[in-house]
Amino acid sequence: MKLTSRFLIIPALLAGLQAASAADITGTVTLNGTPPPEQVNTHISNDPICGKLHSEPVKTQFFVVGPKGELKDVVVTLKGAPAKSGGESAAPALVDQTKCEYVPYVMAVQTGQKILVKNSDPVMHNVHPTPKVAGNKEENKAQMAGGADLTFSFANPEKFLKFQCNVHDWMFAYVTVVDSPYFAVTDKDGNFKIANVPAGKYTVEVAHRKAGATTKEVEVKDGGAKVDFTLDAPKPQ
Amino acid sequence: MSRSVDNPWLNRFAWLTALATLVLLSVGGLVTSHGAGMSVPDWPTTYGYNMFFFPISKWVGGIFWEHIHRLVASGVGFLTVILAVWLWVKEPRARVRWWGVVAVFAVVLQGVLGGLRVVLYKDQIGIFHAGLAQIFLVLVCALALITSRWWRNLNLAFPPAPDPGLRSLLLIGTLLVFAQLVIGATMRHQHAGLAIPDFPLAYHKVWPPMDATSVAAYNQNRNDEGANPITAFQIGLQMVHRLMAVLILGAVTFSAWASRRRLGPRNPLSRLALAWLGLIFVQVLLGAFTIWSNKAADVATAHMVVGALSLVTGAMLTIISFRVLIPVRAAGLAAAEPSHPGLGTSKPASSGAK
Repeated sequence: MKLTSRFLIIPALLAGLQAASAADITGTVTLNGTPPPEQVNTHISNDPICGKLHSEPVKTQFFVVGPKGELKDVVVTLKGAPAKSGGESAAPALVDQTKCEYVPYVMAVQTGQKILVKNSDPVMHNVHPTPKVAGNKEENKAQMAGGADLTFSFANPEKFLKFQCNVHDWMFAYVTVVDSPYFAVTDKDGNFKIANVPAGKYTVEVAHRKAGATTKEVEVKDGGAKVDFTLDAPKPQ
Repeated sequence: MSRSVDNPWLNRFAWLTALATLVLLSVGGLVTSHGAGMSVPDWPTTYGYNMFFFPISKWVGGIFWEHIHRLVASGVGFLTVILAVWLWVKEPRARVRWWGVVAVFAVVLQGVLGGLRVVLYKDQIGIFHAGLAQIFLVLVCALALITSRWWRNLNLAFPPAPDPGLRSLLLIGTLLVFAQLVIGATMRHQHAGLAIPDFPLAYHKVWPPMDATSVAAYNQNRNDEGANPITAFQIGLQMVHRLMAVLILGAVTFSAWASRRRLGPRNPLSRLALAWLGLIFVQVLLGAFTIWSNKAADVATAHMVVGALSLVTGAMLTIISFRVLIPVRAAGLAAAEPSHPGLGTSKPASSGAK
């Protein structure tokens, strides 16, 4: 009995120790400069079914920027992350097709993690991920209105893997696949949080589809770490 | 069963098949222009249905174009089989009969390629599918041409004349047009949108920089939502497409000029060569408008269709030239032929110009 208790206590202590030495990396990504204006999506408004689902014009989402340049949809990852992906056991990530758009537009998952694609629309879609990295499988699945959720997963890391609907040629989502549990995507205020990162020194990379990527070194201590980034808007050509 | 070269209804049917093929190419072009090639994920079924019973209510978005393409393709396949059987029964020339059989094989292969493009996710198959479509159109048009009464009587109106070098010129021009169409298909089937967004310059320069930094900057500024990022290869390919257009324009202009000068304005080759030149001019304009319209689907498709018509016209010209022009040596005129020199000289040919 005593022996059994010891076996239970030691892992618990180790887990507690790890938790005590793990902390969050937080920060904000802002855009420097004025991005090009977004364009009204006339395809969607001209569609007899999808157009009726929107009361306002739908615009492209290349740069979703707050009043102070806070940049949404930036993928934040750790280079040389201390743990490998546990995607197979992670909760599935959800992508919804609603009002003939993918929501979210940008997301990140672990390698092997399930991605559930839902159809909340009154119209059929096809879900067509188009990976470019070898080993990630291209598929094209039909999904009727009200049809069962579709499941996808990808074995290898890949940045901004494009999901598209060819029935509605304006529908795109971009999924970054990471070989680690440590990643985040910035919210509408440009904020991100990578939780429970073990203490140590890391390189944090931020990547945006249009504004490019940059890195910074950061040291995670008991109190966590904060690191902010600035990406440049593209220079007009 | 009697065979005769005089089959006006067979010839009309061949032209109908050719017209249907042109419609098929146009719809196929719209499929690619609308990015709808993968909108029906299964083949030969359509969303699990037998394609002929797929409910009209489900022909939405890109499905509309892809499904229409499949239906028209089935129709063209059916017409081609009838044409081949009709030729087999009525056509006295064995070679023509066998070309009808080749057409059936080609249309079946074309259908299978279209299906494999969908289920195997290979853009390369799409490029081959597009190229074979052009060859098939030429084949069906050629069948229509050589089963016509006009073709049969051609040598009566225009007896064979020594070739002043036109046959090779027309053949080279036609091959250039075909190569250009394959380049165009390669550009379209990479789904990268416009690799160069301006014309006549390219990224404001005569020759755009293609280093990694420049290409990254181009991609940052692109506003084509779903298009794949462009690469230096794609920019280079579009520059080759532009240079090729200049080369074709030069070759066809020279062909038209040479035909008129050597054969006279009333010769069918001269007339058709002038029409060919007109098509190439239209094609160049449509190419420019494709860029200026940011690759609008209807403009880009019109560019593809006029490209197909240019190829057919060049191919028909070449075929006709091989009927109305014979090699100088074969005509036994090489040694003593002061009146039929090569294209580089200025004396007009007398034959066929009446």
